[in-house]
Amino acid sequence: MATRIQFENSCEVGVFSKLTNAYCLVAIGGSENFYSAFEAELADVIPVVKTSIAGTRIIGRLCAGNKNGLLLPHTTTDQELQHLRNSLPDQVVVQRIEERLSALGNCIACNDHVALTHPDLDRETEELIADVLGVEVFRQTIAGNILVGSYCAFSNRGGLVHPHTSIEDLDELSTLLQVPLVAGTVNRGSEVIAAGMTVNDWTAFCGSDTTATELSVVESVFKLREAQPSSIVDEMRKSLIDSYV
Amino acid sequence: MELGASGMFVPVQTVGTVLCCICGVAMAPNPANMCVRCLRSRVDITEGLPRHGAVVHCPECRSYLHPPRTWIRADLESKELLAFCLRRLKPLTRHVRLVHAEFVWTEPHSKRLRLKLRVQREALHGAILEQSHLVELTVHDQLCPACSRAQANPDQWSAAVQLRQHVSHRRTFFFLEQLILRHGAAARALRISEADRGLDFFFGSRSHAVKFVEFISGVVPVRSRSDKQLVSHDPKSNIYNYKHTFSVEICPICREDLICLPPKVAQALGNLGPLVICTKISNSVALLDPFTLRSAFLDASQYWRAPFKALLSSRQLVEYIVLDIEVESSEVTVGGSRYSLAYAQVARLSDFGKNDNIFTVRTHLGHLLNPGDYALGYDLYGANSGDLEIDLPDAVLIKKSYEEKRRNRSGKARPWKLKSLNMDVDNTSKGRADEEKRNTEYEEFLRDLEENPELRFNISLYRNKDYQPSETSEMASTAGGDDVPSVPLDELLADLELSDGEEENDDAGSMME
Repeated sequence: MATRIQFENSCEVGVFSKLTNAYCLVAIGGSENFYSAFEAELADVIPVVKTSIAGTRIIGRLCAGNKNGLLLPHTTTDQELQHLRNSLPDQVVVQRIEERLSALGNCIACNDHVALTHPDLDRETEELIADVLGVEVFRQTIAGNILVGSYCAFSNRGGLVHPHTSIEDLDELSTLLQVPLVAGTVNRGSEVIAAGMTVNDWTAFCGSDTTATELSVVESVFKLREAQPSSIVDEMRKSLIDSYV
Repeated sequence: MELGASGMFVPVQTVGTVLCCICGVAMAPNPANMCVRCLRSRVDITEGLPRHGAVVHCPECRSYLHPPRTWIRADLESKELLAFCLRRLKPLTRHVRLVHAEFVWTEPHSKRLRLKLRVQREALHGAILEQSHLVELTVHDQLCPACSRAQANPDQWSAAVQLRQHVSHRRTFFFLEQLILRHGAAARALRISEADRGLDFFFGSRSHAVKFVEFISGVVPVRSRSDKQLVSHDPKSNIYNYKHTFSVEICPICREDLICLPPKVAQALGNLGPLVICTKISNSVALLDPFTLRSAFLDASQYWRAPFKALLSSRQLVEYIVLDIEVESSEVTVGGSRYSLAYAQVARLSDFGKNDNIFTVRTHLGHLLNPGDYALGYDLYGANSGDLEIDLPDAVLIKKSYEEKRRNRSGKARPWKLKSLNMDVDNTSKGRADEEKRNTEYEEFLRDLEENPELRFNISLYRNKDYQPSETSEMASTAGGDDVPSVPLDELLADLELSDGEEENDDAGSMME
């Protein structure tokens, strides 16, 4: 189910949150609306953790993770590291890495099996990613942009990439990632996909400027409309009413 | 396989399709990621562009005002008008780029000009949109200052040139008239009027008058002065309106005049014999001593420093008959013309047959004259030398005469004709005698033109359509030994006649062939 939310009047929800299949990280905002939106969806299933990284709120762009682990930049303070280690489930390995490119969320896009990285990432970082996240790492560009973490968002079931990606590139990426990919936009034509939305295997959150067309594309490519177990049909209905078309 | 600019292998890139984020229609991705329709409906790039404007138009001269002061002549829906309107809509170009502009037709009397412009501008996220924009300009009529002045007083001139020559004949003015016509020097004159011993030209601006005066001073030696008279004065902006007058006096020496040079001038010219003939007038005076074949040129300024008058002019030419000629020297070329010294025995035509007055004179026409020829010259037989201590010759021959032969020609018509300036002739007081005098002078002028090819140089002669060579005159001219000089036909210009219809079509047809 794709939901439209806002963080303090900004539609770039992917900047202020990080959603995986095992946990969810949320930035500390002035009002609690952002946090309660995530809570309403995910409270029973996965832990939703409020945090900051390096004293900032742009946590979605600074860290990268999946259900196996979480990677943090070297600017993360010890308290934040400890807080995260405490709040997250034990099977999630929290690791702080020394990397020149500290905005790991912009440089790494991953799901539970494959990761795409910035072509200029260090070799040690690449090995760490493979270790901590348990993924296969590919250095790639998307539509000529090297910040792969910003211009694509993918889960285990599908992926959305920059709209200017050519068909050959799309095929190549799809083969690498082993998931269906589509080129599209979020937030009324914005090309920065991962900054405008955040997604895991069964739910997605998009910025409130996202049009109905974009929302339907998101739902179809990430397969969020599939039949859910009937016990949560009521919640589905609630979400449907929440999202205005 | 494609090779890029550097020779490396570049894989083929096909552009995929995305869905328009608003309406969901499949389209190629663009910077805004919206289909053109959605983009157009959301963004209006002509916002803030002027839709109305005003221009000022002068209905008399059909020009448009470009503030603050320039008036530009332009026809409806012309290129100049389009450029002018776009210049008036300058604020447009600050934000958008103009791709195309054209007029939308409006009724000429509607006082509206409609322009359709196509502009390009960057819309959100860098997508460039092109949109057409209609501008309507209202035309306000207002007489431009020049037309309002002309309307207030149509005869208003602000510069006048008074051309005068203090001689009793009008040969120079006939010649000048043809020259002016040929060069169109009086095209800007508002009015031309004839005055005693000269012509008056009236112009609208001082610069036109100055140009005319310079033209005249290039063809005849003149002395000019200028004056101005204050007409009005605007003390606030210090604008003074004057009437300028140029008084141009033409040198009184004409061709074929006999001149007795004052001693100072003769000395300045290297002791040129005091009796000289004027051979040519252009912007300098050419003098020839007929007894020594020496020539001299006097510039206009040189002449006016010590001006002198002619002794005898061509009105006082007398006809002589040549009885014998003895060529003394060979032909020389002096100043472009050929002369040769000779001794000639002549008798005045009035004396011929009646008495035995025969004069032996020295002449410069040795190459032209043969016994039995007629010549024109000045009669100095009974003249007193007065103050001058020189021997006066009995006669000075000037040119050969074709009078007899002319009388044989029956028809008076010539195969060519001249145009004339339209001037206001002062017809009131003079009377018939003057008119007769004018006609004879004109006839002599035409004869002069026939005889002298160098005079014809700067003049346009037109074919006389009414001329039919009559049989008798043809025969007479071929029978006579000496051909009467006439204008060769290839010097004549075909007069341009704007008659609509067949004639033009014929001409066009012949041109295309």
